[in-house]
Amino acid sequence: MAKIKYHMLVCGGTACHASQSEEILTKFKELIVSKGLETEVQAIKTGCFGFCEKGPIVKMMPDNTFYTQVKPGDCAEILEEHIIKGRKVTRLLYQDPETKERISDSRHMGFYKKQIRIALRNCGFINPENIEEYIARDGYLALGTVLTEMSPEAAIEILKKSGLRGRGGGGFPTGLKWEITRKVKAAQKYVVCNADEGDPGAFMDRSILEGDPHTVIEAMAINGYCTGASKGLVYIRAEYPLAVERLKIAMKQSREYGFLGEDIMGTDFSFDIDIRYGAGAFVCGEETALIHSMEGLRGEPTVKPPFPSESGYMGKPTNVNNVETYANIPVIFNKGADWFASIGTARSKGTKVFALAGKINNVGLIEVPMGITLREVIYEIGGGIRDDKEFKAVQTGGPSGGCLTKRHLDTPIDYDNLIAAGSMMGSGGMIVMDEDDCMVAIAKFYLQFTVEESCGKCSPCRIGNKRLHELLEKITQGNGTMEDIDKLRNLGTVIKDTSLCGLGQSSPNPALSTIDNFLDEYLEHVKDKKCRSKVCKSLMQYLVVPDKCIGCTLCARNCPVNAISGERKQVHLIDQEKCIKCGACLEKCKFGAIIIN
Amino acid sequence: MAKIKLSEKKIQELKDVCKTFNNDKGELINVLHKAQSLFGYLPAELQEIIAKELNCSVAHVYGVVTFYSYFTMLPKGKHPVSICLGTACYVRGAEKVLEEFKRQLKIQVGETTPDGKFSLSCLRCVGACGLAPVVLVGEKVYGRVAPDGVADIIAEYNT
Repeated sequence: MAKIKYHMLVCGGTACHASQSEEILTKFKELIVSKGLETEVQAIKTGCFGFCEKGPIVKMMPDNTFYTQVKPGDCAEILEEHIIKGRKVTRLLYQDPETKERISDSRHMGFYKKQIRIALRNCGFINPENIEEYIARDGYLALGTVLTEMSPEAAIEILKKSGLRGRGGGGFPTGLKWEITRKVKAAQKYVVCNADEGDPGAFMDRSILEGDPHTVIEAMAINGYCTGASKGLVYIRAEYPLAVERLKIAMKQSREYGFLGEDIMGTDFSFDIDIRYGAGAFVCGEETALIHSMEGLRGEPTVKPPFPSESGYMGKPTNVNNVETYANIPVIFNKGADWFASIGTARSKGTKVFALAGKINNVGLIEVPMGITLREVIYEIGGGIRDDKEFKAVQTGGPSGGCLTKRHLDTPIDYDNLIAAGSMMGSGGMIVMDEDDCMVAIAKFYLQFTVEESCGKCSPCRIGNKRLHELLEKITQGNGTMEDIDKLRNLGTVIKDTSLCGLGQSSPNPALSTIDNFLDEYLEHVKDKKCRSKVCKSLMQYLVVPDKCIGCTLCARNCPVNAISGERKQVHLIDQEKCIKCGACLEKCKFGAIIIN
Repeated sequence: MAKIKLSEKKIQELKDVCKTFNNDKGELINVLHKAQSLFGYLPAELQEIIAKELNCSVAHVYGVVTFYSYFTMLPKGKHPVSICLGTACYVRGAEKVLEEFKRQLKIQVGETTPDGKFSLSCLRCVGACGLAPVVLVGEKVYGRVAPDGVADIIAEYNT
């Protein structure tokens, strides 16, 4: 790599991949060869940069120029101008939405300014398929230090001191978990990486595995050394083929370099990793269900205790941690527990990765220090609400979390504050909603998900969630009563208290938190039979405004159920009995003559 | 469901798959993944063979197949269409896109068109939330799909 002057980093994350980043990479490679620049310029596919909204992204190193929304047709110009002539292609630089200024260095962009990248430190900087690039950025240094200079107990002590808590959602102190597994005596123990990211709208684990797979391998090996396990298992979704592929490549390279296998780095510690595939079951994110799934069984949870630390995979002590938790660990050993603990709030240390999505200008993957406020995330990093609409809510924690409102905009984000506000950290999905989103319909959407994903083992979750969903359906149909809202509250509380695992214990949260925070919307649905966001179809009426209708017949011709009548050049009429409220007429009308009542 | 007949050759392939996993019952999910990529789906006949090879009950295999949404007992279309209904896609109008696919293909979710060309399913988050709403046809990802773009996507595969 010494002679290479320029690196062109092409994002290979899922979103950019879907917008032709592969073609861009191929094109760059062809152009480099045709210009005879192979010894000076290199084009590399990296992991996700996070700024998915403006993808595909190409970053030029060493000058850190950040090109956005690049198309294969732009490649020749970038190479010609940027590399050969040394001029930036201004039209592809990010444009600040307020100042309209073109910004070339990503570090000065609003999206990146407030971010601190620990778990994502290498994503978008290294070629994930090349172990040497990981090593060049202190990769496997932590493993070496721990193996040669520390006892397992001393290493666990550092982790405990750092204050790292589980990033999968629960927030259990990681060091403590390791200590418990260490203390259990057994001939065989296992460490597991939970990469079964099932939360709809969250893709941080995928991005870490795709962008920096070695960090997970390194941390699992450290975990193995500390807990006394010689075997690691990664449980990963089969829906993530690219992540699986990169992980396999990384494992192979790691074995070749002696970071996995027998007598690692000349010590007597041996450790290796295997992959187990998930098959699409949300409940398998729960650790006991995940373990059953790895054993080839239905992924049903069991009662804790015994905890996996005592009796897990094949009945042996098993330490389960999530991908993002692992990604933090090598850094903690390299930079020290005090450094890590200096970031964040009193009880939540370090950073959290969020998948910021929904009605927001800058959709993407962000990593922010714990304690940042929702306002900073939404308005400074996220660039505010799309189309200048009004912010209504932000959903965190996926189907287990709740909706936060304007009231919570200045609450510092950490594990405890989110729970106090009726939501939870969860795995890090953060979906922003605006005035067009109906909160009753959102609650129904999540309950629909839970009903489909409930494993069916315990009745509160299996039957209770179904009933919750039916009640919400009734309300969105316009048939709800005040009693139904009370029923939702009572039943939701009972389900939380009596369900077997984390899925049922948190599944009523979307309904309960929306009732708490948006009671007025529920009341409107029930009392006034009105949906202010115009989402609940049964509560809407499409009407023709006589003054505006010129009788062009376009709506009548596009109505799928022939509910619109009227002669040419006469005012048309919508038959409310026949209307299925598909909205086709509203979309087609060029004169604004159709309104929703 | 009508009985289907598996060819001897295919049965042998399946048995070989089981053997690569040492006919270990604990590897059932891995075996099913391989079997589904080999046959496209997991009909009852196939599950019977797997049960015999791994020395477990058919009920056990069926229990696992039906538990996980990734496994299917019905053949998919030549071009499986999957609509992402993750939250990010949902709030950006994925439901309307789904309705449009249903309307144009004249099938419901989980069904296949009579000519075997298209099948329709929903999935949860492919991790491309920046492109929401997202539709997959086979492995190809279509981003920012609007209801009036549905016809174009279908047309791409109808020639």
